[in-house]
Amino acid sequence: MIQYLQNNYEVVLTALQQHVWLALLPVLLGFAIALPVGYLAVRFTWLYHPLVNVCGVLYSIPSLALFVFLPVLLGTKVLSPINIVVALTIYTVALLARTVADGLRSVDPLITQAATAMGYRRFGRLINVELPVALPVILAGLRVATVANISLVSVGALIGVGGLGQLFTRGFQLFYLEPILVGIILSVLLAGIADLVIVLIQRAVTPWARFQRGGAA
Amino acid sequence: MNFSYLFDPEHWELGVPGGFPQLILSHLGYSALGLLLGVIIALPVGLYIGHTGRGSFLAINAGNAGRSLPTLGLLMLMVTLLGLGLLPVLIALTVLVVPPILTSTYAGMRAVDHGVVDAAKGMGMRPLQVLFRVEFPMALPVIMGGFRSAALQVIATATVAASVGLGGLGRLLIDGLAVNDYSRVLAGAVVVAVLAVALDLILALVQRWVVSPGLSGRRVRRATAAT
Amino acid sequence: MSRIRMVGAAVTGIALALSLAACGADEDPLAQETGAASSGGAVTVGSANFAESELLAEIYSQALESKGVEVKRSFNIGARELYLKALNDGSIDLLPEYNGALLAALSTGGAPEGVSKPEDVLGALKKVLPAGTEVLEQSTAEDKDTLTVTAETAAKHSLKTIEDLKAVAGQLTIGAGPEWGERYQGLKGLKEVYGVEFKEFKPLDAGGPLTVNALKGGQIDVANIFSTDSSIVTNKFVVLEDPKSLYLAENIIPLIRTEAKNDTVAGALNAVSAKLTTENLTSYLAQVQVDKKDTATVAKAFLTENGLV
Repeated sequence: MIQYLQNNYEVVLTALQQHVWLALLPVLLGFAIALPVGYLAVRFTWLYHPLVNVCGVLYSIPSLALFVFLPVLLGTKVLSPINIVVALTIYTVALLARTVADGLRSVDPLITQAATAMGYRRFGRLINVELPVALPVILAGLRVATVANISLVSVGALIGVGGLGQLFTRGFQLFYLEPILVGIILSVLLAGIADLVIVLIQRAVTPWARFQRGGAA
Repeated sequence: MNFSYLFDPEHWELGVPGGFPQLILSHLGYSALGLLLGVIIALPVGLYIGHTGRGSFLAINAGNAGRSLPTLGLLMLMVTLLGLGLLPVLIALTVLVVPPILTSTYAGMRAVDHGVVDAAKGMGMRPLQVLFRVEFPMALPVIMGGFRSAALQVIATATVAASVGLGGLGRLLIDGLAVNDYSRVLAGAVVVAVLAVALDLILALVQRWVVSPGLSGRRVRRATAAT
Repeated sequence: MSRIRMVGAAVTGIALALSLAACGADEDPLAQETGAASSGGAVTVGSANFAESELLAEIYSQALESKGVEVKRSFNIGARELYLKALNDGSIDLLPEYNGALLAALSTGGAPEGVSKPEDVLGALKKVLPAGTEVLEQSTAEDKDTLTVTAETAAKHSLKTIEDLKAVAGQLTIGAGPEWGERYQGLKGLKEVYGVEFKEFKPLDAGGPLTVNALKGGQIDVANIFSTDSSIVTNKFVVLEDPKSLYLAENIIPLIRTEAKNDTVAGALNAVSAKLTTENLTSYLAQVQVDKKDTATVAKAFLTENGLV
């Protein structure tokens, strides 16, 4: 495997780079979209159940089908990474919108009432009170979405754009283990690192959670 | 959007190789086997860890690591190692479903009120009785949640079986792609999504049926009738 | 209170940073694609999803790079139906093709009758090329579709040519790429030209490891494997003759978008075609398939040993 890496580090590096972009850009986009969508589902309660159902259906569309169809729908080129980015953004929104809504719904009404009594308007209360309190739930969802995206990108290799997935198809065509192993290991490492980064962010932005946990134990 | 492939009655005839009924059947077969193996592996481990509290670090991290394993890569690795056939697909799908079942079982068990467990012990229940008559039924809603999300994932992912020459609805995606027949790819996507949603509905019904009415907060009269 | 407000500010800040990052990041992966042909300079080389196509694409790429042409690689795209689409929409500019198979794919109703020699195929091909694309000089190297069986199957049914299959095909399973189910140079042609109809068609991959291993493992009896594939020699497979020339000449030829072509590019690629033969292609391909050397190294060896760089 070391020898494979020595001979192919450029290919592997390019694949890794592409993988990082293709997986993480949708996480950011999806998060940015899921926050308002999730909020709307809490603000207008009748939206919650339709949202959950739509998200469920979106998430059950096979990724390969979505990768193939987006060029037709968006008019993008068949090999364009946009297709992968949009597809994974859809999955991210499907996972996160519901989590955001659940997180916001889980905020104790007493807290919201207290915040209102302290003079918070709706938006200020959302940003300064409800979101921070819901953050652990939302970030837990973000972790799942990030890890899922990193593993899903590789399916794109079946249509010629797939980051580390290209190492899978390449190795598979030659019945050659090394590239497949390298791809899997890098993909898992990448997911681990991304997950760790989110955990660290979560610790940094929710210091009270750590404090509480310490207090409870 | 061209739905002609989906609505062509010829493709819906029974017993035709490559027709919808046959593809759906094999697709459900792979998914069910993967789920079954996943439950056999993850449920006891999750129950044990949740019951004893031992190895929870392992449960959480094994779950996360499993989730980050790319199914396509794992599948191609297994085919390269083991050759063609059903086994590599089953391994890949099982690895896919173990994490959600394991984490939800563990989480469901940990969420059971300690007071209830203590009360059960106080009533003289033995550890296994506590596990199966108190903790497991109380954890069931959460466990079912994990199982449902595993089922959704496995249905959507079983399509990869076709990329290593097996059947299932992935055939429509892979073959449609290879011959540039988007109508066929669309048909595959629609059927997979419908199948996933239908399965989720069925599992939701199953959940209502298996979860104790005392927990779900529905009428208690049914509970006395059931026992 | 102040703590909560601080956290609120932090969250807003992160959200802002995320959305900014999202905007900035948006451009990067897109730039990789759109820059390809239109901005002049870089030529995007594509390949089909099998080892030989990737090796040839790498040879083209390195030959171009040695002449100072900037190259982007987009290998392993898929079957012909898919990569021709990528060529048409400008996602790729150049890729190695096979004259006969390309002709068959582009002509409605399959390749015209009576065309099977390399020059005739090339002539017919030039008439059907999509607007905006052209082919350069073809090489003598050929890689044909074949029907291949194991030595045991050949002996058991005394098979030498595809015609011999007619009597026994009803008991046999054939494996090939999924596109074979629909192509004329696949099941349709076999039925029409040879009257051969198999018991079952298993869609696997285009002469790749699935097909080879399925043949080796007995999951299929007849396989569509490419004639230069080293697995034929390694496994002592028997290639069935094609007396009625269902499979056309399959000379390797660069297919290129006209806007990406110039004298330097054409010169470099034609020099490659001049040196490429079935024999040397087979042996270099074996280095990839059997010795598991990486394509870049093998491509470099080809170019150096043939005095092209």
